Amino acid sequence: MRRIRAAATGAVTLSLALAATACGGGSATGGGSNDSPKTLTYWASNQGASIAVDQQVLGPELTKFQKQTGIKVKLEVVPWSDLLNRILTATTSGQGPDVLNIGNTWSASLQATGALLPWDAKNLAKIGGKDRFVDSALGSTGAAGKDPAAVPLYSMAYALYYNKKIFADAGIARPPATWDELVADGKKIQAKGKSALGAEGASLAENIHHVFVFAKQHGADFFTADGKPNFTDPKVVDAVRSYVDLMAKDKVIPAGDAEYAQNQSVSDFAKGKQAMLLWQSAAANLKSQGMSEDAYGIAPVPVISGTPGTGTQVNSMVAGINLAVFKNTHNLDGATQFVKFMTSDEEQKILNKAYSSIPPVKSAQADAAFGTPANAVLKNTLATSAAALPQVASESQFETAVGTAVKDLFADAAAGRAVTTDSVKAALDKAQQQMPAA
Amino acid sequence: MTTTAFKDPVREASPGAATRERRRTGRIRRAGLPYLLLLPALVLELLVHLVPMVIGIIMSFKELTQFYIRDWGTAPWSGFSNYKVSVDFNAPVGNALLHSFFVTVGFTLLSVGLCWLIGTAAAVFMQDSFRGRGLLRALFLVPYALPVYAAVITWVFMFQHDNGLVNHVLHDQLHLTGKPSFWLIGDNSFYALLTVSVWKGWPFAFLIVMAGLQNIPRELYEAAALDGAGTWQQIRRITLPSLRPVNQVLVLVLFLWTFNDFNTPYVLFGRSAPDAADLISVHIYQASFVTWNFGTGSAMSVLLLLFLLVVTGTYLLVTSRGRRASDG
Amino acid sequence: MAPSRSFTWSRRIFLTLLTGFVLIPVYVMISSSLKPLADVTGKFRWLPSGLTIRPYIDIWSTVPLARYFVNSLIVAGAATVCSVVIAVFAAYAVSRYEFRGKRVFTVTVLSTQMFPGILFLLPLFLLYVNIGNATGIALFGSRGGLILTYLTFSLPFSIWMLIGYFDSVPRDLDEAALVDGCGPLGALLRIVVPAAIPGIVAVAVYAFMTAWGEVLFASVMTNDTTRTLAVGLQGYSTLNNVYWNQIMAASLVVSVPVVAGFLLLQRYLVAGLTAGAVK
Repeated sequence: MRRIRAAATGAVTLSLALAATACGGGSATGGGSNDSPKTLTYWASNQGASIAVDQQVLGPELTKFQKQTGIKVKLEVVPWSDLLNRILTATTSGQGPDVLNIGNTWSASLQATGALLPWDAKNLAKIGGKDRFVDSALGSTGAAGKDPAAVPLYSMAYALYYNKKIFADAGIARPPATWDELVADGKKIQAKGKSALGAEGASLAENIHHVFVFAKQHGADFFTADGKPNFTDPKVVDAVRSYVDLMAKDKVIPAGDAEYAQNQSVSDFAKGKQAMLLWQSAAANLKSQGMSEDAYGIAPVPVISGTPGTGTQVNSMVAGINLAVFKNTHNLDGATQFVKFMTSDEEQKILNKAYSSIPPVKSAQADAAFGTPANAVLKNTLATSAAALPQVASESQFETAVGTAVKDLFADAAAGRAVTTDSVKAALDKAQQQMPAA
Repeated sequence: MTTTAFKDPVREASPGAATRERRRTGRIRRAGLPYLLLLPALVLELLVHLVPMVIGIIMSFKELTQFYIRDWGTAPWSGFSNYKVSVDFNAPVGNALLHSFFVTVGFTLLSVGLCWLIGTAAAVFMQDSFRGRGLLRALFLVPYALPVYAAVITWVFMFQHDNGLVNHVLHDQLHLTGKPSFWLIGDNSFYALLTVSVWKGWPFAFLIVMAGLQNIPRELYEAAALDGAGTWQQIRRITLPSLRPVNQVLVLVLFLWTFNDFNTPYVLFGRSAPDAADLISVHIYQASFVTWNFGTGSAMSVLLLLFLLVVTGTYLLVTSRGRRASDG
Repeated sequence: MAPSRSFTWSRRIFLTLLTGFVLIPVYVMISSSLKPLADVTGKFRWLPSGLTIRPYIDIWSTVPLARYFVNSLIVAGAATVCSVVIAVFAAYAVSRYEFRGKRVFTVTVLSTQMFPGILFLLPLFLLYVNIGNATGIALFGSRGGLILTYLTFSLPFSIWMLIGYFDSVPRDLDEAALVDGCGPLGALLRIVVPAAIPGIVAVAVYAFMTAWGEVLFASVMTNDTTRTLAVGLQGYSTLNNVYWNQIMAASLVVSVPVVAGFLLLQRYLVAGLTAGAVK
């Protein structure tokens, strides 16, 4: 008898669900509510050496927030491999966190889904206004001309990390400032039996970050001014080829790096196997792997010629994490308060110190802690020679398509196949065809 | 689909009719009982398999890109355009799908063939008792018992270019290759995938064939031995023909599992599989999740399902006809 | 009679090669899990430079392995029990009764075996979300949703196998029980099930393995608190360093329950398959 009842319940549930599905999934209600003013769910991206480290860093701060406001924050640290998928499923189902970290390059893509609360003037005023933030960081918060989809939380930039001892042994006095110098130095280093430069050849995100900068330096852009993919532009092809040539032609990146995707190149550098590393804010990571701070130097990423600056002298993407509020939040006011808290001067200093990043908040950035020589390089890069990745709705697909193209080209180079202008163009053409027709 | 199942006029002659007269339970209860017994299975199948399948088919006719995923109701109907994109083999999307399809077919044929071959050989060799047979049998079942991710991640470790066992053995110790090969990127990834798939899959074939061998009457072998047939001839004349019905099911199940396998390539290569090992399940996953175009992803899945239906149907028709012929 | 010499030699050679093929990854897993980190981040070596059990201590703190373990146990255990019970009832109905729609039922259930998982991943997820919104029963992100999903995954194969097994249990037995005054369910539980224990064990092992090893649905349908081992194990490689020795140790730890159970029950498994699946 019980089973019949259970089955009947099941059948009713099923028909209800079908009816609901027929009326469309997700919840069409936008704008959020204040149904549960005493709790917040927060998805943090994995910034520290491990998820446990993040919990240790964020835990006390969230307790502090609870003391100030009486709002309990439920923290979940999401690994990078899952974060975008989790955000997508949350968007699709309407069941997500209240506040979440996003990779700042995804801002425009997620903005297009309509899942994130737009930061219009009114909302920005609640957290102290737009002027608190550094311009370069604001450049990576969504499409131009729209209200930002998120606010900057941590800023990072690429720099050249070099092993002082290996450089001294190879008789190199200062870090390379141009790519030609880097290749020349690389040869000297290889003569001493060390590998020259590391790369994450199978990591789509890393590939994108580098070829974007190379494109800038070649005076090219992956997207036209009106947001159409332009991957087969001869200058773009040239730029991508130059990057892959660091392995294929110049051989300063070892072939083995073609299959790296889990930061093995950072480990190689930390272990002293490899002289140089292009990375964003690697200090905490290197420290966690037992490399002392005086063992390595830090310099701006090389350019083709001259010194870093704007236009063709760009040498880093604007890297970083943004903080967004999920539109379906059940605690709109609490979420806004939380964003205000996380972008306050005090929290900005604590958190960015812990993650060896740079505060995107001007008043916090002025703190002496961010004035060390290492941080000076990053700060300077962000202020003068970093550019934001394309702020277009299809940015996320661009990362996948072009990142995969570069990964395949590295695989070719590693296998000893020729990487030619034609083969690069073919790979990029394939990537462009996969882009959504928007 | 299944709601009409109960109106189905197919009614087989019941062999138990005579015995049924003897039952003392009420007529109505007797008629309702089988349905009651089936109900839980039916409800679950509906919930987890059939209804989602219908939704998936509906999705394939919608334009579900990132602009609409938040509110499915507003997604415009797109007719067959998702299908057109998927099967336009001159354009990159269709071309990539076709390539992925061929890779999957090649991979499946090789993998199923090898699994069947190794599994059958092992089972036949171990049919008669010898010292250590029990131990070996237990050992051979280990790859099948291991959780997929644990087994595959071990293979990833072994396939590494710089520090993996495979290159260490092939290159450093046996000097078979001029320089270390890549297994997880580039063209060799197909062989890496095949190796892992066979390593994981053959014990299943071994298990089923081993069970099938238990059903072969010993008298057959004794009779053959009296006729003067040697060991090899006995295998050819008795063992293999007797296994035919078992093989029919085994090959089909292996085929479906291998063709739809997602876990192995996903753990082995992560989110972007190399071209050479671009299996269709991961390909569709990418088409949906990575490019945020769930409409096209669903259309591709529906096409895949149609293909599998046709293949399975044909296979069953052909084999059952062959079976009838041999039985008759 | 003794097999021919050529046969025994072929057998030796073949089984030796096969044993090597099977054992190498197993050896790598075990030996690497006992190596210090330096051994697994450098060139591969057959023998560890020194043995350490540190990886086995560290795995629990690097990721919340214990929680994942409990989740996996609950999910796989519950899915197995439910799957077996439901499959027993369904198979009994098909094996012992004639009714309308019987063929349609078996064909439909079996045909779900060929669904590509990717086809219903997203719809199922939407369905769960909507059921949750409509009734308040949280299926998405909960263990319950995962249990439902997994038990249905193993149902078709289980039902099909048990039908075969029940068919091999002589009908006279349950007919006799019916005459003695048992109800049909009594006959099933007292006569048919005990006679079909090997088949039921085989089905249970299969259901457990299915749930224990599934990756795709687990990656979408779990969150921090309900994450299973299949997803949790990837946590070791998102760190700054790939701790291969810990990955291997964790792989070994999560494999032990399934492999041990599988090997302990293999006798039943073969017997169950013999009578059920391969007739």
